[in-house]
Parts: sequence; structure tokens; C-alpha cells
Amino acid sequence: MMSKAVISEIHRRIAEAFNVFDNESSKSVDVREVGTIIRSLGCFPSEAELHEMIAEVEEEEPTGYIRFEKFLPAMTKVLMERKFRPIPKDVLIQAFEVLDQEKKGYLEAEELKKYMTQEGEPFSQDEVEEMLSAALDNKENVIFYKDLVSKMTFEDL
Amino acid sequence: MVMRAAVLIQMWYRKYVARMEMRRRCTWNIFQSIEYAGEQDQIKLYNFLGYLMDHFTPSSSERNLICHIFRENEVCRDAEWERYFCYKNIEIPEVYSGPHLTFPLTASQAAGLVESFKNKQQLHSRYVLQLLLETWKLLRILPNINRVSTCHSKEISICGDLHGQLEDLLLIFYKNGMPSMEKPYVFNGDFVDRGKDSIEILLILFAFLLVYPSDVHLNRGNHEDHIVNLRYGFTKEVLGKYRVHGKRILKLLQKIFSWLPLATVIDHKVLVLHGGISDATDLSLLAKVDRHRYVSALRPPKKKPGSEDQLSMDSDMEDDSWISRVSAGTRRRASLTYMKPFASRNDFQHRSLQDFSRHIIRPLREEPKDRRRQAEFTLSSQDLLQCSSTDPDSCQPGDVNHEEWKQIVDLLWSDPMSQDGCIPNEVRGGGCYWGPDVTEQVLSKNHLQLLIRSHECKQEGYEFCHSRKVRPPASLHICEGSHETPQEDRQSAMGGWRWLELAVLTIFSASNYYEVGSNRGAYITLGPDLIPHLIQYQASSMTRELTLTQRVGWTEHSALKVVREQLFAHRSDLTGAFQEFDKENTGMISLNDWARAVEAVLHLGIPWRVLRSQLVPNAPDGMMNYRSWFRELAIKEPDTEHIHQALLETVYRHRSTLETIFRIVDTDHSGLISLEDFHQTWKLLSAYLKMEISDEAISNLAISIDANRDGCIDINEFMEAFRLVDKSRLETGNLFQRSTATASRQTHLHMTSLHLTNLHVSCLQHSSHVTKRYVTKLSVKSLWLTSTLHLKVIFHSSPHVVLYSMTREESFATASFALMCQLEKEPD
Repeated sequence: MMSKAVISEIHRRIAEAFNVFDNESSKSVDVREVGTIIRSLGCFPSEAELHEMIAEVEEEEPTGYIRFEKFLPAMTKVLMERKFRPIPKDVLIQAFEVLDQEKKGYLEAEELKKYMTQEGEPFSQDEVEEMLSAALDNKENVIFYKDLVSKMTFEDL
Repeated sequence: MVMRAAVLIQMWYRKYVARMEMRRRCTWNIFQSIEYAGEQDQIKLYNFLGYLMDHFTPSSSERNLICHIFRENEVCRDAEWERYFCYKNIEIPEVYSGPHLTFPLTASQAAGLVESFKNKQQLHSRYVLQLLLETWKLLRILPNINRVSTCHSKEISICGDLHGQLEDLLLIFYKNGMPSMEKPYVFNGDFVDRGKDSIEILLILFAFLLVYPSDVHLNRGNHEDHIVNLRYGFTKEVLGKYRVHGKRILKLLQKIFSWLPLATVIDHKVLVLHGGISDATDLSLLAKVDRHRYVSALRPPKKKPGSEDQLSMDSDMEDDSWISRVSAGTRRRASLTYMKPFASRNDFQHRSLQDFSRHIIRPLREEPKDRRRQAEFTLSSQDLLQCSSTDPDSCQPGDVNHEEWKQIVDLLWSDPMSQDGCIPNEVRGGGCYWGPDVTEQVLSKNHLQLLIRSHECKQEGYEFCHSRKVRPPASLHICEGSHETPQEDRQSAMGGWRWLELAVLTIFSASNYYEVGSNRGAYITLGPDLIPHLIQYQASSMTRELTLTQRVGWTEHSALKVVREQLFAHRSDLTGAFQEFDKENTGMISLNDWARAVEAVLHLGIPWRVLRSQLVPNAPDGMMNYRSWFRELAIKEPDTEHIHQALLETVYRHRSTLETIFRIVDTDHSGLISLEDFHQTWKLLSAYLKMEISDEAISNLAISIDANRDGCIDINEFMEAFRLVDKSRLETGNLFQRSTATASRQTHLHMTSLHLTNLHVSCLQHSSHVTKRYVTKLSVKSLWLTSTLHLKVIFHSSPHVVLYSMTREESFATASFALMCQLEKEPD
């Protein structure tokens, strides 16, 4: 049972993150930004989970906007239930190791690209290119995934 | 197994990207707030000074200090102006190695001028004055609204805000060619301020205007205004570059700015203007106004002397004056200055300067919570000044015409919003926010199909908004797989889908506006089909090589620097607020309490909790030591032993306002002010801020900077001496050299992706992946070179439809694309 103070602090965090994308102080944000908001609050939903959540908070007749009124309770629940928890570093590295079938310790650019655009919940061209540009070791044109995970692990909110 | 692994990695990476995007948005919001707050502040300051003018006795010394900025048409008749413009007695010294101009100007001279400025030369003031004189003569005969046709030339190019960033103009000329009869241009305002080469940009634009008067069109922007220039750097730049004749040049530019046309219409169908429109916008009225009487768009022109001019307190009780300040957080992007809200200019009742800091009679109004309410957009209508000079250029001296004035202000200052309606633009302090219904109204009434405007910085250099229903267009088609869908199938495939066209296009041509890597610039080319083609660029060669992480990080660093300075500047109040949470005086408070305290003191619309990890890096167990935190903010204060803390904090918080007042008080533009005027400046500032500052405190401040005790204070020195410096940047040095690539060294600008928000399609076929009932946006995420698009449609499980080009070519010199429609499904 969470105390009122904790809940109110959660509410403030959600409101702040929401307001960053509420350019016109209209208490609503473009539905396309909701994924960013949810993720920036420390959650790791999959695309499918994200769409479920959006379906929950959007209007009866979708307007393309999500209102804060509906978003706040749903998001509060998510944070309090600690849903969509972060992926521990070692689990992530294991995931890379699954893809690295030859156990080389690295992945070729084309290999990773193939997996990311064809498997799971595929990346768009943009997404995979951006990932590669950040991940690629320039000299050898491969991705040392252990380093990448360390580099891109961020503080938990 | 593989799928599960892939999903995990994708989840993790998407989360990372989202975090970056959040940081980028916060940073952007911070920069934008600062920019708009400055504009708002400037308007308020100007109104405040105007109010003082109304209430000073004519002989008072304070009045003399500031009345000159209200005396806009000192030089009366044309003959006098010609004398003022006179350049003939200015001699060119032999050592001058800059460009020489002979009039009438030729195209090669204009091109030569561009080349000279590229080589960092400066045009001699004699030629500047001559060029300005010729420009003025030409502008006078231009109509308020330029009317342009594409029938003689293939296409017309349209540029947005340049803001003194010469590199961007050079880049545009390099990519697109210089203006000529075959290459007409429209420049959509805001040529000056903020960047360091504003005067060079003006001279180039004026030169081409003179050479090709039918093919170069300039629209006035809100920064083509001497009052705005006082704060945003143009005045300072001109005075710095032209020490002898700078004042005269500025005076002439005041005149020239007022003669700039207000808008351009292309082929009777495309309206180009700087800011925007309002529900009152009347093009036929605008075509007839005497535009030059509005030297500064910040106030209405002078009334006839002696006429009715009493400030009426009661009449302003009810209206939402457009300069009333908003309380942070209830409005679009709360502004980044500390001041508490105060009411309109007409609320000041006290007559003496000293009394201002005591009280405001009327209590502050609550801002209406419901933003959709149609607010009455009345102006502080009795804004009158007692200056005695008349406006000679017009036939009827000094008639006040608020309707005209409002039309012009709306044109130069307004911004679009997504909701219907039209409400005052309180963030900037001028113009309004207008909605899609107003766009529809104005466009259809004037038989227009597209509004092109600038005024707002956009990350991609452009942005579309405001959709209106149109008939399905016939031209482009898409193919799925390899076969084309025949014409007849299109309409039936489109059953249930309605067509929307985007009616407003914002174009912004100053790249890296807030910071290196913050945004791209863009320009438009428009052919006879009137379909806008957008070309993007970014002026620094560094930015293309930066990853998303680096770009976000660098810009964020800059924005956070500003935030840290604000925190530091409020140290006393913050310490007090922290201590409220720390009754036992342990020096420690929780991070939650930190956020609440900072929120309460600073009244800024900043997401403190989102930024907290950046601003409070050391907080084990969620507790922070607030005393050492101030030290760790890594702000280096100037050496300030004998100066009162509160006074110092005022300087830090209100640098820009203070500097502006200095420049106003410096009536001879020498850069120096006397000790006495220094005191006066502080009195003005303290009245404006409603603070009390003792004479002694001011004297200490003066003495600390007037080291040689000659009774004069150098404004630049003073501002530098009291600058807060970010230690971290000092220590780590320049992480990224801010190198600027000159256009001549660029061979190809290769962009890795373009993000279109809308695409013109004539046929869609669903694939089995569709899980959503509708498509809200089409994103094109690749480049293509030709205007015929062969695209494959892929529906994701997301609401986005992603299109991939069938033929991708890797080495484009430029990318251009047509952008038209957005698809929206009819509700079931």
C-alpha cells in the first residue's frame, strides 16, 4: 500500500513528462509521442504492450490525441505495479549472445541489421541505421555488444 | 529463441531512443522558452518605458534618457532624409581593401559582395549608406503585398528566418544558386538579430533586390524592428562594426524596415508572410495601409498631439490585454524569467519612478484556464505618447488606427496552434495563436491554397500543419510489389478514406539555431504546380558526423548551462526554500523535496524531475546536500566582494533586460554611460522589476567596474564582468570544435534520412499486418531523387504506415520531394 506522498510524487513525475510533449498546454499529447513518454518514465514495454496501453487510454473515437485525464491513472498503475521492468544488463548480453551464433563476441553490421529488421518487432530503416551508427566500431565494422550495452545503459529513474 | 532475443534488444534500444527524444524535447523547450521570454520581456519593457514617458513631467531627466527611442521620425521631409543618408562626404581611405560599389549595381557586383563577405571583409560605411539610400528609394514604391507569378520562370525559392547566420545564406546560394531573373527568391523576414552577420545578410539581400527588383522579394519579419534589435544583438553588431557611422546606419534601417513589404502572394494561390494570420486578417485592408507608419510593430503609431489621450483605468479592467503575463505552467511553454506576473501597462497608477516598486493597485487577474475560450483581443488601447514630432511621410499626420496596427502585428508575430479558434499570443507578447478553422477561413475567403510562414524554429527546418479537406488528387501513384495499380482501381480502393491537405507550411532557414546540431535549416522551391519541394541542410560540417547521442548531448549541455545559471542566480531564495524542508538543519533534503522547492521558487515550466539526474548527480539514497550542490553547479562567479548578494542575483537573472536598458540610456550610442546615467538605469530596472535597490548598493556596483574612476562605465565591460561562467565548459575545453564549413568546400550534402510527415498517395492496399483501424500519418523514411515515386506500402502494427522506396540511390547531392496530403480514415 503506497503512501499518499509517494503517489503524489508519482503523479508529478508523470505530469512533468507529459507536459514536455504538451506544446500547447492543452492537456493532451499526440498519440505518437505516448511511447516516448512511457519509456522515459522508466518502462520497457514491447511494441505490442505499448499498443495495448494506447488502446486503453485513447478516446472512444480516436482523435489522434491522448488526454492527460486518461493517461494519468493508467500510467500511475503501470509505475506502481512496476510493470515493464528494465531488462538487466546480463539478460541483454545473453540476448546478443543468442544472435551471435558463432560466439565471436561481436556481431557483423549486416548480421545485426538482418535480425533487427526481420525478427521480433522489426526496426524501421531509420531505427536500424541510427543504432548502427552509434554501435559500430569504425575500424572493424562490427559491433562489440558487451561494450555497447555498457555504453548505452542509462540510469533508472 | 532468436525472436525472443531480438525482441529484448529492440525493447531496450527503443527505450534508449525514447530517453534521448525526451531529453531532446526538454532541451528544445528550454531554448524556445528563453527565446520567447526574451521577446515577451522586450515588449513589456518597451510598454513599461512608454508608460513612464506618459507620466514623466516633460522636463524630467529620466524622460530625456528614454524618450529618444520613441522619437522615430525625427527627420521630417524627404530632403532631410536625403541629407541624412548623405554619403558623399565620407571618404574611403586608401588602405581600405573591401569591396567597392558603383551604382546602379550590377549582378556581378552583388555576387562580388557575397564573395567578399565570405572572405570576412566588411563593406565601407560610405557604400553601406549609398546602398541603403537606393534600397529605400526602391522599397518606397513597392506595394504592401508583393504579387509574383511563376509563369516566367521555372520555380521560385522561398527562405525563412536567417537571423544573421551568413553561413546558411551562403549554403542556400551554393545549393540553389544566387538570385537572378531565372531564379527568383522570396526572403520571409527575420534577416537580423542573434547571429553575428546580420548586417552582411541585409546588404546582400538589398543588393540583389536592387539588381533584380522584380525577382527578389523581401517580407518584413518581427525582428525588422529597432526595438527588438536593441535586445537581440543587431544594434550591438552594427555599432560594433561601424563605430563612426553606426548610429546613422541604424536610424536609416529603422526607416527601411518600416518600408519592407508585409507579404507576398504567388500565382494568387500561395500566401507567404513571416508570422501568421488571425481571424481578423483582411488582405484587402493590408494592401491599403501606410505600412511605413508602423516603424515598430510593438506599438500603434502616434496620435495627433493634443487629442484625447487619457489613460482610462476602467476600460481596461475587463479586457485580456495582450501583454498580461501568464503564470508559469498554465500556458504554452512558460517563459524562463523569474518575474512574477504583473498586469498591463495601463494598470500603473503611480506617477513617480520611485513609487513603482511599492505597489500595483489592481490585483493580478487569474489567467483563464480554458484556453479554448475566444478571448477578446483588445490592445492596451490608450498607448499614447506625448512626443511632439509628427509623422511626415503620411498624408494625415499621426492618426491612430488600431485595426491596421493589429493586422500588421498579427502578420508578424502570430503562431499556429492545433485547436480551432484565435487567442492572444501571450508567450511572445504579440500577435495571436490561430487554429485550423482560421486557416480555412482566410484561405478560402482569399481563394488561396497554401500559407507559407516562418517565425518558429523547427527541428527539421520545416513543418506542416493545419489540414483542410480537399478532393482526392490524381497525379502520383504508389505501387505495391512491382505492378502499378490502374487508375480505375484507385477510387474504389480509397473507399472510406478522406483526403486532407496541409495548408500551413513553416519554413526556417537558420540551422543550428539554438546550438550546434540543434536543428536543420530548409528552404522551399515552388514550381508552377505549386507543390512545395523542401531542401534541408545544416551549416556545420561537424553535425553530420555526430550520432544522435552526441547531438542530443551537446545541445542539452548548452540548455542545462542556462538552467544551472538560473538556479545559481536564485541561490538565496532556493536556500531558503530548501531550509523549509530541512528544519533540523542537517544540510540534506530528499530529491522529491528538492524538486518541490525548485518548482516553487523558480516558477519555470521545466520538468525538474525529468532533468533531475542531470542537475543533481550526487544523490545517494535519494538524499542530496543542498549546500555543496550549489558549489557543484560549477558556476564561476565574478569577483564580487563588496556587492550585495541580491543585487548580484538581479544582474544574473535579468542580464538581457539590463543590457537593453543600458543601450537605450546610451543615447549617443558610444558604448559608455556616465555614472549618473548608470544610477538612472538601475532605477529604471528596479522600477520595472518592482524591487528596491539602495543608492549605496548601486554605487558599489559602479565603483567595482569603473576601475579608472573617470566617471564612465563601459557597457560591454560591465556585462562581461558580471557574467556567470560555466566551469565545466572551461575545464573540458571545446568538446566539438564549432567549425563552419564554407559552401565552396562542400561537394555533397548527404542526408541519411528525411522524415516526411505527409505524402501524396492515390492508392492504398491493406496488408494483413494492419491491426489498427486507421492510419494517422504516413512516414517516408528514405531518400529519393526523382519526383515520380515508386513506393511500397508496409503497414506496421503501429499506427504508422511506413513507405520504403523501391529504388534507393545512395549518393544524392540534394534530396527534394513533394509533400502534400495526409490520410485519415472516416470514422466508422
